Amino acid sequence: MTPSHDVVLVGGGGAGLRAAIAIAETNPTLTVAVVSKVYPMRSHTVSAEGGAAGAVAPDDSLDEHAYDTISGGDWLCDQDAVEAFVREAPQELLRLERWGCPWSREPNGRIAVRPFGGMKKMRTWFAADKTGFHMLHTLFQTSLKYTSVVRYDEWFVTRLLVDEGRVQGVIAIDLKSGRIEAITARAVILCTGGCGKVFPFTTNAAIKTGDGMALAYRAGAPLKDMEFIQYHPTGLPFTGILITEAARSEGGYLINKDGYRYLQDYNLGTPQPQPVFRSMELGPRDRLSQAFMQELEKGRTIETPYGHVVHLDLRHLGEKKITAKIPFVRELCLKYQNLDPVRDLIPVRPVVHYMMGGIHTDSNGATALPGLYAAGEAACVSINGANRLGSNSLPELLVFGARAGRAAAEYASRGLDVNPRIIAQKTDEHRRLETDLFNAKGRERMATIRDEMQAIMERSAGIYRTGASLQQGVAELRALQARVAGIAIEDRSRTFNTERVAALELAFTLDIAETMVAAGLRREESRGAHQRTDFPKRDDARFLTHSLVYRGADGAPRVEYLPVTITRWPPGERVYGEAAAHARPHQVAGSPLPSGTGV
Amino acid sequence: MPDRIRLQVARYRPELESEVTFDEYEVPCPKDWVVLDGLNHVKDRIDGTLAYRWSCRMGICGSCGMTVNGEPKLTCATFLADYAPGPVRVEPLRNFPVIRDLVVDIGDFMRKLVKVKPWIVRQAEKPLSEGEYLQTPEQMEEYQQFSMCINCMLCYAACPIYGLDPKFIGPAAIALAQRYNLDNRDEGAAERMEVLSEHEGIWGCTFVGECTKACPKNVDPAGAIQRYKLTAAVESMKSFFLPRGA
Repeated sequence: MTPSHDVVLVGGGGAGLRAAIAIAETNPTLTVAVVSKVYPMRSHTVSAEGGAAGAVAPDDSLDEHAYDTISGGDWLCDQDAVEAFVREAPQELLRLERWGCPWSREPNGRIAVRPFGGMKKMRTWFAADKTGFHMLHTLFQTSLKYTSVVRYDEWFVTRLLVDEGRVQGVIAIDLKSGRIEAITARAVILCTGGCGKVFPFTTNAAIKTGDGMALAYRAGAPLKDMEFIQYHPTGLPFTGILITEAARSEGGYLINKDGYRYLQDYNLGTPQPQPVFRSMELGPRDRLSQAFMQELEKGRTIETPYGHVVHLDLRHLGEKKITAKIPFVRELCLKYQNLDPVRDLIPVRPVVHYMMGGIHTDSNGATALPGLYAAGEAACVSINGANRLGSNSLPELLVFGARAGRAAAEYASRGLDVNPRIIAQKTDEHRRLETDLFNAKGRERMATIRDEMQAIMERSAGIYRTGASLQQGVAELRALQARVAGIAIEDRSRTFNTERVAALELAFTLDIAETMVAAGLRREESRGAHQRTDFPKRDDARFLTHSLVYRGADGAPRVEYLPVTITRWPPGERVYGEAAAHARPHQVAGSPLPSGTGV
Repeated sequence: MPDRIRLQVARYRPELESEVTFDEYEVPCPKDWVVLDGLNHVKDRIDGTLAYRWSCRMGICGSCGMTVNGEPKLTCATFLADYAPGPVRVEPLRNFPVIRDLVVDIGDFMRKLVKVKPWIVRQAEKPLSEGEYLQTPEQMEEYQQFSMCINCMLCYAACPIYGLDPKFIGPAAIALAQRYNLDNRDEGAAERMEVLSEHEGIWGCTFVGECTKACPKNVDPAGAIQRYKLTAAVESMKSFFLPRGA
């Protein structure tokens, strides 16, 4: 008997669980399935350290949060989506307080907010330095009280069920038994997060292989703005472990091999002893990563066994402040790098951190395919534009997880029944997963192809790109596509076969890699995280537009464009340092957003 | 320091074997490699059939708990060099049914977790427009350490009581119940009492303290259990002296 639900969620991280709760609260008669390749509390939301932005401070406003987001995103954000986002973010964060999230507090018991890179005001809510961990566990534990939410823990989704353009469920492997099952639904929401594993050096966990993006892409839904890949400027070498921006907002310095705060050479302000919003070490992530590359060119970085680094210096903060404000940073350094930031410099370098792009959705998470929704990092609404601001991704997964959940619930309540003939698609998929995969003739190791793909991406679509590097990437990835079909799978067991899953994940990442390079090649400008040395200027006349990548009949990507929605903030310069203080108010048109919360 | 180290890894493939065997692999052993890096080296370069769970490699997702030289460990936080010259014996977590190789079945914990109602229980909820519930840093301190549980299952693997009596609700579930009981926003302690006080609940624990020792996140489940025993004892005393329904 085929399991059937009203809504199937793929992914049980922050966005998926928020969506599940939204559906359960919107219509308790709907059954919701959370299908996840890991137990939900293992999801990558757990790794987010710094915090979640929501404008609540007396000197803050929703307009200022919107402006910081839009200017940080280099005007590629859809401003209607940003307005909805900043309005609902404080309410969502407050709702999480109701569910028990241990937000850090002021001595009087009220919720504390702190500064964060790229944000001009103190608006980042945090739960010590384990914000993502606490949000995920709060959502997961809260989700357990809704009996309409059914979990498929450790089930790996291999394709979407689509009939006449309408998405009606998924096919998935139960890892424990190896059973391949169709799970039908009136609506599907993809909340599978990002795809950092396309690159060699990333903060992303091993599970971040872009599954949902690839599932949607293969089913015919376009991916949006895939050329925009955010580097985090401060990852530990070898492990890619992230040293949170909080280390810099508490006063950490970035220095080169001469002990010089080099960011002052890149229009990011003048060094001050205390942190200054949007200046120097609190400038936006893309600018900091680019500054590293230029220091590297100038020969002013430090060489280590794991490549070149710069140093993050926290020593002047002292043991007391480090232990009180950023204990996780110290713990990570001690446990994984064998150094103590109280006494030692921390070696850091830029590492791939976040995908601004993703499955193209509207402000309610609806994709181009009826019945298919997406939210969180897997989706591109877009509020992040060409560069996401730190502490916007956690509120994003709440706001748009909830919105997608409500929209899918509404669609499923009035939606069409699943077409019974769709079950026949299981036969094809069964053959692909059992016969084709296991009987592939190739002898190449999976890790070889994975490493090659990652090296290609670093070369062709790293922090700086050129037309030539991207063109070469297109060709090399095409060649790799031919080889991936023939990789050797040694493990023929049906019981918890992680090698088969890894093969499917690798094929997903390779599809995603192609979309990034294709979109990057056609965007002949530099904007936010997309930096073309052959087109160093932003070009609003040609490229104030989203890219949409469709999968062509031959499997190769096809790029189209979609206008950006501008409401009240016409495109301006991104300025940081002292100039930022004077730039903002002149650019707001229309009436400000009303305050949305009583906090 | 040796530049390589031998791993002895437990294998169990239910379709092929009726009992556990060991495979031996030699892996590099630089100073900053953890046991998990060694397993990944095996999987990528030597034997693709080895099955284990992992994800974040930074001690927060809770996936990669295994038995390393007899002790329950997060393999992402256990340096190979600490076991030099080796060999290092890697086995699945104890006290759980083994699904395959190093992968154990944690379904029992997932069911017990739901039973302790790990969510905020309130009679009435004030509207969002009235802002947050106040909680001073001191009030948060009451429950905070119990909220740090990553569900890695090392405490269950270390618990001699759980090993003998799988009905025991176990350290992490009790710690998480206390996480909510001690939260000043919560009113659900009475509802949790029933599950925690029954025979398989906290009375099963003889305060061995192995759970607290094993915890990689400095949670003190043994302390939670002792504290809760006291609360439960006082409640049951009260029921002798007060009429029911009081």
